[in-house]
Amino acid sequence: MSEKKSLITVLQEKQEELGYLPMDELYKIAEETGNSPARVLGVATFYTQFRLQPVGKYLIMLCKGTACHVNGADGLEKAICEELGIADGDTTEDGLFSLKTVACLGCCSLSPAMMINDDTYGSLTPAKAVAILRDIRKGEVQ
Amino acid sequence: MKVVIGKGSCGIAAGALKIEHTLKTLLADTACELGIAGCIGMCFLEPIVDIYAHGVLLRRLVRVSESDCAIIAEAVKTENLSLLDHLTVSEEDNAFLTKQTRIALRNCGLIDPENINAYIEADGYKALRKVLTMTPENVIEEIKISGLAGRGGAGFPTWFKWNAARQSAGDEKYLICNADEGDPGAFMDRAVIESDPHALLEGMLIAAYAIGATEAFVYVRAEYPLAIVRLQKAIEDATAKGYLGENILGSSFSCHVRIKAGAGAFVCGEETALIESLEGKRGMPRLKPPFPAQKGYEEKPSNINNVETFANVAWIINHGGAAFSAMGTENSKGTKVFALTGKIKRGGLVEIPMGLTLREVIYDIGGGIRDDKEFKAVQLGGPSGGCIPEALLDTVIDYKALSATGAIMGSGGMVVMDEGTCMVNMARFFLDFTTKESCGKCVHCRIGTRRMFEILTRITNGDGKDGDIELLEELCEGIRGGALCGLGQTAPNPVLTTIRYFRNEYEAHINEKKCPADECAALRSFAINKENCIGCGLCAKKCPVSAITGERKQPHTIDNEKCIKCGVCFTVCPVKAVTKNGGECNG
Ligand SMILES: Cc1cc2nc3c(=O)[nH]c(=O)nc-3n(C[C@H](O)[C@H](O)[C@H](O)COP(=O)(O)O)c2cc1C
Ligand code: SF4
Ligand code: SF4
Ligand code: FES
Ligand code: FES
Repeated sequence: MSEKKSLITVLQEKQEELGYLPMDELYKIAEETGNSPARVLGVATFYTQFRLQPVGKYLIMLCKGTACHVNGADGLEKAICEELGIADGDTTEDGLFSLKTVACLGCCSLSPAMMINDDTYGSLTPAKAVAILRDIRKGEVQ
Repeated sequence: MKVVIGKGSCGIAAGALKIEHTLKTLLADTACELGIAGCIGMCFLEPIVDIYAHGVLLRRLVRVSESDCAIIAEAVKTENLSLLDHLTVSEEDNAFLTKQTRIALRNCGLIDPENINAYIEADGYKALRKVLTMTPENVIEEIKISGLAGRGGAGFPTWFKWNAARQSAGDEKYLICNADEGDPGAFMDRAVIESDPHALLEGMLIAAYAIGATEAFVYVRAEYPLAIVRLQKAIEDATAKGYLGENILGSSFSCHVRIKAGAGAFVCGEETALIESLEGKRGMPRLKPPFPAQKGYEEKPSNINNVETFANVAWIINHGGAAFSAMGTENSKGTKVFALTGKIKRGGLVEIPMGLTLREVIYDIGGGIRDDKEFKAVQLGGPSGGCIPEALLDTVIDYKALSATGAIMGSGGMVVMDEGTCMVNMARFFLDFTTKESCGKCVHCRIGTRRMFEILTRITNGDGKDGDIELLEELCEGIRGGALCGLGQTAPNPVLTTIRYFRNEYEAHINEKKCPADECAALRSFAINKENCIGCGLCAKKCPVSAITGERKQPHTIDNEKCIKCGVCFTVCPVKAVTKNGGECNG
């Protein structure tokens, strides 16, 4: 069986390398893989993992799945948005944080939960979430 | 002695890495061994540390913190475990585990998922060895006797699918494991892969042998990085030991397993969408027939099963199909794993024989509702499922019985809700999910779910109209009939079940503009009782939008135009002068 990489794998690898998928890279990928640009963009926009804009150094994935919803994810979102002054999908001006709500992190028993880059935080309250963000920011300033 | 740290995602989120690090330092120069395990499923007690001697569990320590590590080290060094009494799991909490019957989860939390020898010692790969001496038809027959049905949601008999793929013409066949686990609130599959990846691999190899596949994929959702790492290691170790790859265990059977990371799309859990996604396309479902067994991946016969389905297979081969079918009910055999979450006291992974009642799971195992609140509903089956009320808690866990309630067995998400959960908002929550996840192929699903979402949003905002419930019901019918795949066909279920069992809540929102659960902020109202207000100004100071004004020592007032109904004033008022919803005060 051929080990030909699927278009999704190609995009995943490119995003891993660059942090996001710039438009000119999508055109390049289209050329290299023999796909139409429309098809490449179609795949890139279908899956939530792919980003066409750069993200902050810390990507906050806030869970809004069922268990987290029942345990107060809406309140968390509000607190985080207020703290950072951004809405879901945005990046702070200093490029430090991006916020993205997701459907479930698989950590439902510790709901409400969020992931910042590869670290998962559970049993959150709005105050705890804000404290975590402030700690990260403090660490960055030093 | 051996000290074992629970290192599944939940354990890690609760702080297992720090504990591992500290214990490593503290036990560095001792004869004590440090090990890891996956998830025992007692997520409410994480981080968990187990202490073994000669393979026997002596103590299970729960809610361990970094500061407990010194005493743990002391206790194991001096072999004085009574020092750990205060950390040991209570009898009551342990009932969470002792009331379960574990087959799919048989090794979870008990063995090191990163060490193939640990799996082999637990009878691992014995079933594969046995299967290689059987004919594929006999393997399928054994699965048929077991009565195993797909655990991914639909509950289709596993043997039937295997047989169809086996019978399909062609030499090139594919086996696919669905580890997309998209139902928000479910994490059984993640726990199995993180805690016992070889059990999945062994089940897959047996299936591949039965259907005649030499290539297999595991489609894992991208949100599960640890599962991918552990599975990758398991594949490498199994290949090195000859359980996987060319000429498995010296036989003529060869099979390769590869991991494909999903890219985030709920609909890709649907089998034909998953195949499209494997092929690198947008994950849009295909029309069936042809079924994957005839034309699946790359148009070749393919068989797709869920992680939990596979995790049962080796056990069935080792113990016989009859032992499996001895458990359960008339039409649902064996066990089922649930992810018990929400407003539950003891949340985690629960594997029980089919036929127990919902009440037994929620109360006997889960310990009932947290904070002594009232139970309101339990949600099964995620966005395709429904909410079951108190009156139906004695329903047995069985594919047919659960479907009769309007919910479904689903993949195993079981989210418990209390009196503070608004059922209209719950329905809105699921429709928000389905509108975002609809792939867009069918008009009914793409647009119908959006219209439903808008109506539900209106109702929760206090703008519900007479006839909204009927309109919702009409839309439900249309979407159910007009959608191609399960996502659209089942999207109405959360709405239909909440209307069916909690119609009064809909009516209260629409007719009285009230949210009985007091969750919908737009339907709250706050006012300051002039008689009681002492004019301390605390509420005005705390109000985030400066909606409260008044002179010091004079009664204050709330500007309802500005008020965002956050409730802060209600909580902070020292003399309980702030009233909510025209009545009750904070007493
Ligand atoms: C919208 C949708 C999402 C699904 N998501 C999953 C999933 O996340 N995991 C899964 O195993 N099955 C999922 N299924 C069911 C699969 O289509 C398929 O029936 C299942 O993987 C077959 O395996 P089983 O027979 O072992 O259950 C989903 C179905 C639909 C319609
Ligand atoms: S029912 Fe919905 S998700 Fe399924 S194929 Fe149609 S539009 Fe796509
Ligand atoms: S409910 Fe919140 S926003 Fe409204 S008046 Fe009170 S403190 Fe201000
Ligand atoms: S619902 Fe939030 S982690 Fe699963
Ligand atoms: S402890 Fe890992 S699933 Fe909860």
